[in-house]
Formats: sequence, structure tokens, C-alpha cells
Amino acid sequence: METSLFKIGDKELQSRLFLGTGKFGSNIQMEEAILASGSELVTVALKRVDLETDTDAILSHLKHPGINLLPNTSGARNAKEAVFAAQLAREALETNWLKLEIHPDPRYLLPDPIETLKATEELAKLGFIVLPYIHADPVLCKRLEDVGTAAVMPLGSPIGSNKGLKTIDFLEIIIEQSKVPVIIDAGIGAPSDAAKAMEMGADAVLVNTAIAVAGNPKLMAEAFKEAVIAGRKAYEARLGQQYKHAIASSPLTAFLYE
Amino acid sequence: MTTFKSVFEQFDWETIKTKIYSTSASDVERSLAKIKRNLDDFLVLISPAAQPYLEQMAQLSHELTKKRFGKTIQMYAPLYLSNECQNICTYCGFSLDNKIKRKTLTDPEIKLEVEALKKAGFDHVLLVTGEANYTVNINYFLNAIEQIKKDFSIISVEVQPLSTEEYTQLHQAGVYSVLVYQETYHKEVYKQYHTKGKKSNFDFRLETPDRVGSAGIHKIGLGVLLGLEDWRTDSFFNALHLDYLQKTYWQTKYTVSFPRLRPAEGVIKPNFIMDDKDLTQLICAYRLWNEDVEISLSTRENEKFRNHIIPIGITSMSAGSKTNPGGYVVDPQSLEQFEISDERSSFEIASIISKSGYEPVWKDWDRTYF
Repeated sequence: METSLFKIGDKELQSRLFLGTGKFGSNIQMEEAILASGSELVTVALKRVDLETDTDAILSHLKHPGINLLPNTSGARNAKEAVFAAQLAREALETNWLKLEIHPDPRYLLPDPIETLKATEELAKLGFIVLPYIHADPVLCKRLEDVGTAAVMPLGSPIGSNKGLKTIDFLEIIIEQSKVPVIIDAGIGAPSDAAKAMEMGADAVLVNTAIAVAGNPKLMAEAFKEAVIAGRKAYEARLGQQYKHAIASSPLTAFLYE
Repeated sequence: MTTFKSVFEQFDWETIKTKIYSTSASDVERSLAKIKRNLDDFLVLISPAAQPYLEQMAQLSHELTKKRFGKTIQMYAPLYLSNECQNICTYCGFSLDNKIKRKTLTDPEIKLEVEALKKAGFDHVLLVTGEANYTVNINYFLNAIEQIKKDFSIISVEVQPLSTEEYTQLHQAGVYSVLVYQETYHKEVYKQYHTKGKKSNFDFRLETPDRVGSAGIHKIGLGVLLGLEDWRTDSFFNALHLDYLQKTYWQTKYTVSFPRLRPAEGVIKPNFIMDDKDLTQLICAYRLWNEDVEISLSTRENEKFRNHIIPIGITSMSAGSKTNPGGYVVDPQSLEQFEISDERSSFEIASIISKSGYEPVWKDWDRTYF
């Protein structure tokens, strides 16, 4: 049985696994991994592609039916640069979808919440479907909803760290409160992390490093595909509550029913 | 303005050197076992005591680099614009007292050189000059950059130290990174190698990365010329400099390179020999300490070393380089700054990178962000 479809903007998606395109050992490996993952949405850094030619080495490997491009603004240090880059990407790649990344800190690539909020508001007004990469900050998520974000992409842990869901307590709050899809981005290091995110009720996950630098990226992409489906099915099937202690065999309230 | 000078002055060369050379095997094992390493661990990992652990260091370095940078190597080429120089530096082919023909490229000559680099596939270029402030100055740079900026996504410069205002002008003109090597952090020895010219001012050079950082340049490159002094001690100071800069100019990216002194016409031989094992150890020590610093390897190094170092920790490579102005097309016979060792073309290097399971990356920036 298929898991339920979900919607971002006006697009219905079946696959809840989004892929990044950086860090692969070759473009062929990247293409094979994407196809094996069943992903319908892949993000590509504007700074890596040559928008002036029709034969860009990365883009030519992403031309497959059913695969949608999600350009990202990696490299932008503030809202102004990101908005400018977004407009260029829309023009050149003919999509109004945008993964908004503003990280002024080149070490941990942590997102700037103030600039991100500013840019989201501006881009939403310009008709973009904005998916901002953010810290796992529940208040920021609500503020982004207010200015017209299409989804939110909170981080599990720092980009490329493979540390898993270190922000889990905040992710739970975000998922509980959100009116837009929640896509957990960054730090997902193993299929089990992805499954866990989906069991918690995330709408999707975005994975890059864990697949790109695996010994066998294609096989790892398949593993993530299955983990995401398994996690989502578990969520839809309604997971049993976890109890820290066994339920006492002599209940405290039994006397009420005597 | 507080600069690195105030940090630097708290350290004494001989004390650091003694500390490095008295490191023990158990210190090394403790540093290797850590998840996050600091500058003290870097000191331990460049010590002679760490050499027996080189394979373990290389394995860790490989994993950390792969995690942060993926299986990619960035490609760039130097473009020497001028060999005019008013400095006397006893190790450099461009030294003022070296009686050779001097050349500074004109606009039409730059165009021809750029065409050759574009044919070789390059999108990242490094502009290099000597120091001749009367003819090759900020106006010359701005003119050259204006002429070539449509051809390259990344323009880096390795020229004489400039003022903060001049770096701001370069930033606005579209320069992405500035490389400035201290050559050696040993102040007295520095004076012996740099006997005349503006470069003989140690402190002015030491504070240059601060000026670059405050001008908002995207990336700063540091390095020492390996062979002038004890490489371990010099490398510690270079790392100290990097550590300070990363904390101070936190929006800036950093890159380090490890030029080993190469033969050049009319110059001295290295006083301190650094062999391939030492260089590998240094690359690994940087990566184990600093997971996000970029590490660049030039064509100074030979084919065998360059082939094998690809997966160990480096992130960018030059290829097919000429170190003389006009070297690609205009005047292949003009004087080189140093002899290169790996003479293979850009496409040959790209194919070696691919065969190692890595993707050669030609473009990783977009002019949109300026």
C-alpha cells in the first residue's frame, strides 16, 4: 500500500525523500542515486551550475521525467543576495520553487533567522514557492507561516554532520504546531534517522551527505527510500505509545469499579 | 584596531618549538582519540612523535574531508600578470637583484592569456604579481579585474599587501579571495630573507589578513613558505593565525596551502628540508584540527605525490600552471617565479581526479552574490 500523497504549494508529491546534489564523487553517481531514491524533488546550488550554457554538467544529469528541480541559494550571506539569486534561478531554470539558504557562517553553515524571515516575505510576495532552511525554532516557523512560506525546513543537526536528530524536542513542537509541511533538513546521517523523523510525523526529509559520500551511493539511496516509506507507514498506522515503565499490575483506581 | 599582532606577541618561537619536539606518543594517542580537536592537538599532531601514526591520521583526514567537502576537488589556475618587483627576497625568482627581463601584461596580452585558460576549462583564476607599487597597483588590478570578470566565477588575488580601503575596492570589483602568505613567522629569520623593499616590514604583512577580513572579502588564504625555517614551528604559528582570524572574521572562509621552496633562477636552496611524509602529516594535522578549512595543492608538487594526496585531505588543485607573466601564450620564455613540478594539463589532472573517484569541480560560485 502506498503512503498518502502530500502537497507543497500546488504540487502533489508521492516521495517524501528530497535529495541534495552536492558532494558526489561523480555526476553519474549522483544521477544513479537520485533515480534509485525515487525522489521527485532535488535541490541544486545555483553557484554550482552554469546558467549561461544549455549543457551544464550537473543539470544534464537531472533531466528525468518526474524529477523537479529545487534551486538553492547556498552562498548567500543576506536577504538581498538571496532574493537576487532567487530571481536569477527562476529565470534560468524556469521554476518558482526555491530552497532558501542564508548562512553567513561558512564553518557550520547555520542559517541566519533574521535574514531568512526577511527574504521569505519578499520572495513570497514575488510569487515564489519558498522552502526556507532554518534552525529548529518553533517561533520562527510560525513567523514564516505568517509571511507566506510554503514549507519549513528545520535542521536535525549541523549540515553534513551526520549526527541525526539532535534537535528532536524542538522538531516535535514544530511538527505539532505547523500548518505548512515540515521537511527535516540537514544532519540526517543514517536511514534510521530518516525513519525516526518520519515516525514523528515530519512530512518529508532532505538527505545529501549521507548518500553522496557513502561507499555505494546508489544502494544507500535505496536504503533511505525504504526507511522513509517505512517511517511514514508507521506514522500513518499510528505508532503505539512508548512507556518508560511497565503498567502496574495492581492499578490505583481499581477500587472505583468494585 | 586590535589585530593578530597582539595575539602573536604572546607566543615565543623557542617555547613552542620545545613543546612540539617534546611531545610524547601518549599525547598523540590522546589527541587522536578526541572528537573535537583544538590548537594544542594540532601542535601534538605536527610533532615528530605523531609520525608513526601517519596512516591513522590519513584515514581520519580522509573521512573528515569527505564528510565536509564530499568527493570533490576544486580546479583553479594561476594567471601571472607581472614579475616586476621592488623587493629583495633571497628565495624568489622575481627578486629585485635578479637581473632578468621584467614583464607586466597589457590588456590585449591579458585577453590572450585568459582565452588560453578558458580553453583549458578554468572558471576559477588566481591573479599573481610581484610588488611594484608604481606600475602594478590598485588601479592596475581594478582594470585587469574589470576586463576578466565576465570570464571567471571566482577571481582570487595573490599580490602585495594592500590597505583596507584597497581591499574594499577589490571586493566591490568582484574579487572573491585574497591570498597572503607570511612566508615565515620567525621575525628575525624573516628579516634575513627579506632584505629590502616594502616586504621587509614583518608587522605590516602580519596584519594584512586583518585588513582583508575587515574589508569583507569572502575568503582568505594563508601559508608559510616551507623550507625557510623549521616547518613544524612555522605551521603552528600559521594555525594560530588561522584560529584567530576564524574567530574574528567569522563570515569569512579560509584556505591554506603548503608551498615547499622550489628551485628558481638565481636563488637560495631551502635551509630546512620537508619531505613527502612531513607534508602529508601537515595536511592531515590541519584537517584533524580544522574540519572546514580548505586545503589547496599546487603544481609545485610532483605527479606521484599529487595523484596520491587527492583523497587524503586537500580540497583544491591547480593544473597546467605557468608561473611567468605571459606563460600560457604571450611570452612562454619569460622568467618564472619558480619551476613547477607537475606539468600535466588541466584535463589530464581532471581525469586523474575522476579516476580517484572524485568529481573535479570547475565552478563553485556565482557572480550573483556580489
